[in-house]
Amino acid sequence: MAIPSYATPLDRAWYYSFRIICTLIFAFLVIPILVIIPLSFNSEPYFTYPMPGFSLRWYEEFFNSPQWLLGLKNSIIVGIFATIVASILGTLAALGLHRAEFPGKAAILGVLISPIIVPIVITAAGMFYFYSRVGLTGSLAGLVFAHATIGVPFVIITVSATLAGFDNNLVRAGASLGANPVRTFFKITMPLILPGIVSGGLFAFITSWDELVIAIFLAGAEEHTLPRRMWSGIRELLSPTIMAVATLLILTSILLMVVMELLRRRTERLRGIRV
Amino acid sequence: MASTAETDVMIAADGVPLKTKLRRAERMRKIWALGLIAPLFIFIVGGFIIPIISLMTLSVEDPEIPDALPRTAEAFSEWDGKDYPSTESMIIFAEELAAASRGEFGRVSKRLNYEISGFKSMLKATARAADDLALLPADEILQGYIDIDKDWEDQAYWRAVKNASSPYSDYYVLWALDLKRDGESREIVSVDEGRAVYVEVLIRTIEISVAVTILCFIMGLPVAYLLATLPTAKSNLLLILVLLPFWTSLLVRTTSWLVLLQNEGLVNDLGIWIGLWNEPLELVRNRLGVYIAMTHILLPFMVLPMFSVMKSINPWHMRAAASLGAPGWKAFLKVYMPQCMPGVGAGTLLVFILSLGYYITPALVGGPDDQMVSYWIVQNMGRNANWGLGAALSLILLGITMVMFFIYNRFVGIDNLKVN
Repeated sequence: MAIPSYATPLDRAWYYSFRIICTLIFAFLVIPILVIIPLSFNSEPYFTYPMPGFSLRWYEEFFNSPQWLLGLKNSIIVGIFATIVASILGTLAALGLHRAEFPGKAAILGVLISPIIVPIVITAAGMFYFYSRVGLTGSLAGLVFAHATIGVPFVIITVSATLAGFDNNLVRAGASLGANPVRTFFKITMPLILPGIVSGGLFAFITSWDELVIAIFLAGAEEHTLPRRMWSGIRELLSPTIMAVATLLILTSILLMVVMELLRRRTERLRGIRV
Repeated sequence: MASTAETDVMIAADGVPLKTKLRRAERMRKIWALGLIAPLFIFIVGGFIIPIISLMTLSVEDPEIPDALPRTAEAFSEWDGKDYPSTESMIIFAEELAAASRGEFGRVSKRLNYEISGFKSMLKATARAADDLALLPADEILQGYIDIDKDWEDQAYWRAVKNASSPYSDYYVLWALDLKRDGESREIVSVDEGRAVYVEVLIRTIEISVAVTILCFIMGLPVAYLLATLPTAKSNLLLILVLLPFWTSLLVRTTSWLVLLQNEGLVNDLGIWIGLWNEPLELVRNRLGVYIAMTHILLPFMVLPMFSVMKSINPWHMRAAASLGAPGWKAFLKVYMPQCMPGVGAGTLLVFILSLGYYITPALVGGPDDQMVSYWIVQNMGRNANWGLGAALSLILLGITMVMFFIYNRFVGIDNLKVN
């Protein structure tokens, strides 16, 4: 929306002030995230600029702390397994929902995505109450199941969106050429909906990777994830090591965001060719 | 065509009518579909829905006395609540108190202490003497209780035992609404002003959610409009600035605000350096901090749905309005805004629903008077170990969320719950 030549001075003033307002809002969105990164390289344990010097000591502290490393390990294990569980179950369910119309479909969909509707504190408390009876508290398996539960709606949503643009005649073509349903799935459906599965899986992973409230309820000291460890740290003392961890988490987010964006562009390009 | 005029039935190669084959194939499809959904359905119902429902049932259960002192519960239930309970039930009470294990006694005394504070210590003294008490003849039993603690003369204590004797009650749900049943008349009345907490917490939760939603709307509208009207290449670039916070961990963003807003933080340093203010301002551990941090965290949820609707609005409509003489603001309000209402509705409802359940952010950047209902759920289930009250608060929060989500579903549709 370039400024037209017939704009009045008032229009111009509004055009520029609108731009300034938007710039300020973008700054509000991004600066708080970016400002934390340099602080993690501060040579002194303060959170003020200008920084007296550059140092990697907080990263050193992180990688030398058994507690932080345990948190990192737990976060990776739980994230990966929760993603696998959520992706498999979610993809199968999305395929099922796509395959046929049947009564009560909307209600079933409502049940399947309900984990993102219920406030997280209630989810965590309910799971704690239930898991403590079946002996799943204080184990990584409990966290994996809990995180898979809250990640699965994202897989359903993204895979369903991909399936909406999927041409079912391709499956029929495969079947008419003699492939059985399993073969058609792996040779035809799967490669085409893979971007949806991957982006759903990435959503499930980041959900688990950032999840804190369930970890507060379910995890004992041995199962502390990175956010759970960070939570204790913040409440004790806001140390620069936490800034280093935050920086690592931000970098993970950026990495996942870039992968998502590339996937989205690839899908757009593929669709563009087909049309 | 294989069909003939006489039969009018198409026969497939294997001799089965085509109609039957089609019906079979359709049925197989449905069975396949349900079979694919089944594993996740079982997983969600078993690992999520049932736990939530069993948590909710805790809010209407009142199990301590019926579990630990079953005969007392039965005897007191038969008493009409007037005067004193029968002497037999007083004896049963003493017998069961004497026989109760430490754990059982702890749960009972904690429960009765909710009814009348101070009951715990009185019950402790009574339990210590309960062995002898149970042996007293019927006409001396009440005096025996009074000799241990003169408060037993007050019928309110006896009624408190009766009121806690039913396995199911609305006690915790009423408590979560700052209400109680009057000991004598069983009418629902307000609790004493000093004990009223939760109505204020619920109002505060809604207040914070409304304020954050409004702030997000005010800030989200220009950004979404700019993104929707810029050329795609530019808007894709700027969209990253919205997606970056969307993808960044909530805890990281809250921590950033904690660092930025503290007394020696960057915002105060900057403000003093520019000369906007002289003394460090209190920007965090209060309501202002909660508003700033929550608005920052939820803003992308407002911008993204508005942006996706605005992108589909034809820009020629605005030009048409302008050519018909409408000033810019009027064209925006009368032509543009009505078309982006679906996006506005989706964004505001989403932000409102999400903020209702916030816990981490207010816990870190808010003060004691800025904690929302989730905080009290955690407090009651954790430190206070009062699961009944925690469950009752959860029930209320879930109820409000479900109502809001129902509205969301009517206006926006569950299928449009996009994540990117």
